[in-house]
Amino acid sequence: MASPSMYLMTARAKVLDRPRLSWAEKLYLPAVIRGLTITIRHLFRKKATIQYPEQKRPVPVSYRGLHVLKRDENGAERCTACGLCALACPAEAITMEAAERRPGEEHLYREEKYAIKYEINMLRCIFCGFCEDACPKEAIFLEPTFAPAGFDRNDFIYGKDRLLEGFKREEIVPPLTT
Amino acid sequence: MNPLLPTVILMLVIFALTMLVALYSTFAERKVAAFLQDRLGPNRAGPGGILQPLADGIKMIMKEELIPVMSNRFLFVLGPGIAMICALMAGVVIPWGPDVQIGGQTYYLQLADPDFGILYVFAVVSIGVYGIMIGGWASNNKFSLMGALRASSQVISYELSMGLAIIALVMMTGSLSMRDIVMQQQGFNWNIWYQPLGFLIFLVTAFAETNRTPFDLPECETELIGGFHTEYSSMKLGFYLFAEYINMFISSAVMAALYFGGYNYPGMESVNAAVGPVWGALIGFAVYFLKIVLFIFFFMWVRWTVPRFRYDQLMKLGWKGLLPLSLLNIFLTAALLLWLRK
Repeated sequence: MASPSMYLMTARAKVLDRPRLSWAEKLYLPAVIRGLTITIRHLFRKKATIQYPEQKRPVPVSYRGLHVLKRDENGAERCTACGLCALACPAEAITMEAAERRPGEEHLYREEKYAIKYEINMLRCIFCGFCEDACPKEAIFLEPTFAPAGFDRNDFIYGKDRLLEGFKREEIVPPLTT
Repeated sequence: MNPLLPTVILMLVIFALTMLVALYSTFAERKVAAFLQDRLGPNRAGPGGILQPLADGIKMIMKEELIPVMSNRFLFVLGPGIAMICALMAGVVIPWGPDVQIGGQTYYLQLADPDFGILYVFAVVSIGVYGIMIGGWASNNKFSLMGALRASSQVISYELSMGLAIIALVMMTGSLSMRDIVMQQQGFNWNIWYQPLGFLIFLVTAFAETNRTPFDLPECETELIGGFHTEYSSMKLGFYLFAEYINMFISSAVMAALYFGGYNYPGMESVNAAVGPVWGALIGFAVYFLKIVLFIFFFMWVRWTVPRFRYDQLMKLGWKGLLPLSLLNIFLTAALLLWLRK
């Protein structure tokens, strides 16, 4: 044990005692045939491929996929545009604009401040779920839906129209002009 | 009728067939690779992915064509052309099926039957390596040159053993003509039973000649980027890749003809008597084609099983392993022939 370690560059090196190939091993052919029998068995094996758009891999309910902005039990938006999710986001994928609730909009927004614009850039998002953890109002959740593919980068900036739970177009109220 | 017409038709048929087989070999390669790795492979273009080769071809043609500024333009363009032409030329002397008799006329399913048939195949295949060498040198790129160098040294080392394996075969058949050799293997009287060692040597060297794994050092990606075709793009690259598949087809055809009886199969006479000469010839061709396809599958099967040899291992195997073995094979064949004739 002492002699080979004298020439080693580091104390962690491990000396391998690999025997030279025997005459039979040098023929290669037995080993090649053994390899061929292994691969031919794989030819008939069940394939691991999941044909994505048609088939989907089953995911757990806690899977962190696309975000959903939740509503409360009366159907009002829970988000109050506090910005904690954007602050928590390590990828800086979230931007929002706050607005004040006007009289008569109580059924739309739970509290007197809400997000008139809420955007997540799905190309920046790393689906870590920190926004979920940061939200004090239980307004944002990551749900088990896959982020789709696309050809245009702008299509990956998701606005409220694609994030809000049960979104209806007529609910959009034009912001107050000052 | 013009006496040349059947030959011209046969030539076009063989050309189309070679191209079609090469085209679908690329598809089969990807499918075989996928299935051996528990995947499904390309299956989106057309039913079961059957149009994939067309999609690949269109992609190749639409790609930008680049010729490096410092390259030798003429030779750079010539390289893939030589590789392609030489690959296609070897199919001329292969007997694709038994003779057909229609209306008292005999048609040979072979374009030419020179007395030196096998030597012709060898000559053409070894010119094919010039395509690789010229292309690799003209690219003016270190990696291409290394690839070309490896290709030429590999061909020199392995063609020797291949030729010696064939000499042992020719000692038994007494003819160099492909037609004679195939016709001698009537029924199940195939040369593989008499020349098993010779076939083994031929098989290994055929892998080296066609630059297939485990001997694909000229285009070894991990060391040489793309090897001799590093600088090639568009259809010129396509020609090189295509030539490789045609070579694979031709060497499968040669192996099937020399050692596995070509179009011969047991019970051929009775089948011919039952279905007539035309159908008999077609069945003979189908049998031959099946043998070729099995060999092509074997090429692919080996590719996705055996890792690449190191360069020194390749040389060692060629010069210290296969060359003495093929000499031994010649000696054994000669001794047995003398002993049995006494």
